[in-house]
Amino acid sequence: MSKLNIKNLIKSFPSMDRPAVNNVNLDIESGELVAFLGPSGCGKTTILKMITGLFQPDSGDIILDEQSLLKIPTEKRGVVMVFQNYLLFPYMNVNENVGFALKMKGVDKNIIDQKVKEMLELVKLPDIGLRKPKQLSGGQQQRVALARALISNPRILLLDEPLSNLDAHLRDEMRDLIVTIQQKLKVTTIFVTHDQEEAVLLADKIALIFDGELQNFTSPKNYYEKPKNIKAAKFFGGVNFINAKKDNHNLSTNIGTVHYKGENYTDLNEDNIITIRPENIKLSKNNDFNDNSFKGLIKSVIFSGTHTRYKIIVNDLELECSLQSVGLQDIKTDDTIYVHLPSDKIWAMNE
Amino acid sequence: MNNNLKKINIYAIYLGAIILILPLIAFFINAFSFRWFYPQVIPKELSLQAWVRLKLIPKPGQRSFEGFIELWASNPTVIKALLNSLSIGFLVTIVSIIIALPAARVLGLLNFRFKKLIIFIMVSPTILPPIAFVLGLNINFISWGFSGNYFGVCLVHLVPIMPYVVLTMTGIFANYNPDFEHQARTLGANKTRTFLLITLPAIAPGMVVAALFAFLVSWSQYLLTFLIGAGKVMTLPLLVFSTASSGNPALTAAISIIFIFPAILILFFTSKFVSGESGATSGFGKI
Repeated sequence: MSKLNIKNLIKSFPSMDRPAVNNVNLDIESGELVAFLGPSGCGKTTILKMITGLFQPDSGDIILDEQSLLKIPTEKRGVVMVFQNYLLFPYMNVNENVGFALKMKGVDKNIIDQKVKEMLELVKLPDIGLRKPKQLSGGQQQRVALARALISNPRILLLDEPLSNLDAHLRDEMRDLIVTIQQKLKVTTIFVTHDQEEAVLLADKIALIFDGELQNFTSPKNYYEKPKNIKAAKFFGGVNFINAKKDNHNLSTNIGTVHYKGENYTDLNEDNIITIRPENIKLSKNNDFNDNSFKGLIKSVIFSGTHTRYKIIVNDLELECSLQSVGLQDIKTDDTIYVHLPSDKIWAMNE
Repeated sequence: MNNNLKKINIYAIYLGAIILILPLIAFFINAFSFRWFYPQVIPKELSLQAWVRLKLIPKPGQRSFEGFIELWASNPTVIKALLNSLSIGFLVTIVSIIIALPAARVLGLLNFRFKKLIIFIMVSPTILPPIAFVLGLNINFISWGFSGNYFGVCLVHLVPIMPYVVLTMTGIFANYNPDFEHQARTLGANKTRTFLLITLPAIAPGMVVAALFAFLVSWSQYLLTFLIGAGKVMTLPLLVFSTASSGNPALTAAISIIFIFPAILILFFTSKFVSGESGATSGFGKI
């Protein structure tokens, strides 16, 4: 149960022309499960390695429970990392691997044995204590690595791409296990991933990082409904972007004036961008809507099983709309259609 | 591979082994015989005279426990040379590994400018004939006071040894993942324990092979010991050469047995590291 504050963190490497981590600020509350999300090479693992102490930051500070970690050696930080490829010590069996952290603390052997047993039961692998890591499958190795990390009650648990080396079916199982254990032990956890779906499914909050810079740090829901910028919106599958200008509590665009209810109106610049999720756009053959309704032309209709996706041209602007199941009956390419952008579902953001 | 080829390979191995072992048998017979000359297939008379002359076995009549103690306590040249060879071998092995460990780690794990050039310079003693560099080195060693003493001999032995040790150990680190060390650190192991519990077990098999190379290269070193030691540091190879040139086959055979026996013993105990995969591919294996 520990809270972590990252302040103005900067780290450069001589081989890179931009800082690997550029002025990152993050406040992670106790017991939170946080995802560092971003494409590979964006600096997320570098931040992790600075929290563990493998790298020293150029400037900035990492504060755990009001105490700076920078001067504390790795082994005394109480920060445990599970690496992407598990790194079970090959010369030790599973029991010795899991008990390693307690052995380093000088805990009595009987207590270690007891705790190892408990941890292996927690990760649902009670009977493999005497095997060597080589004899385990990838999923089993991952769970042993998790048990090994958790045995000493770490203040912070770091997981580097915990699911990327697993098969699809194991991935779901492992994801559930991580959430279950995290909620049970309430350990503050940070995991790194490049998969936004994984981040959304697992995390309480997501830190989106591009090119070493933190884009946004908020709940998964907000990334879909209230993205901070166009990059963040695009990373989470946003497709509809409309240039807009402030216009007396409304937004004026080249498809017409849009009525806006978002709470961030006062924070918006004069020039901004409107976005709306494809599934929030409503369609009608007759103009059934009295608000934010625009006339358009169907460009394409694609049925994808659970949804039907429409591409609609409104005043030279292409909008994508997704309706459940088969969508509207009797609509085909080149038909005229009315597009409704519900004013509580549209979101404007600064460029 | 088809069966016939397999058979031929196995026969080739046997043939090689026989070619290596036959002269050793002749050695043994020679060392325990008296005047074994050409037409005789086996020696007419067995004798311990060579060993008596080397002062390793007392003369007939004095072969009691006290006799052996007294003879060996008189510090015969062979024992002096044997102890010198052993101690120089062990010392340079340890020193070479301590020097090579950080060098091999850097060469194996990192890429940097002029890396190939540095490797080439490090390997060059294996290509150059020793006489080419030892004469120049000798002049410096004399002026530094390293000539004609034990320390100088140890130092010059490092020249041909270092390439083997660094290259062997670089091989270990090419297959090594330093993240394991960091994993141990985050689990609460300090630097010393990380080295002892994580790094050392991973590099130990390769290190044994490197140590074996180091010891054997030092053990068989003649020219460098001869020139830098200036005859004052007696080692077994020097003794073997001088005995061989004296023309007594039994004596030469006896001293040669003393010369090869420790080497064979060490090879025997380390063979499991040299054979197969374990030697060349230590580290943490494929991950």
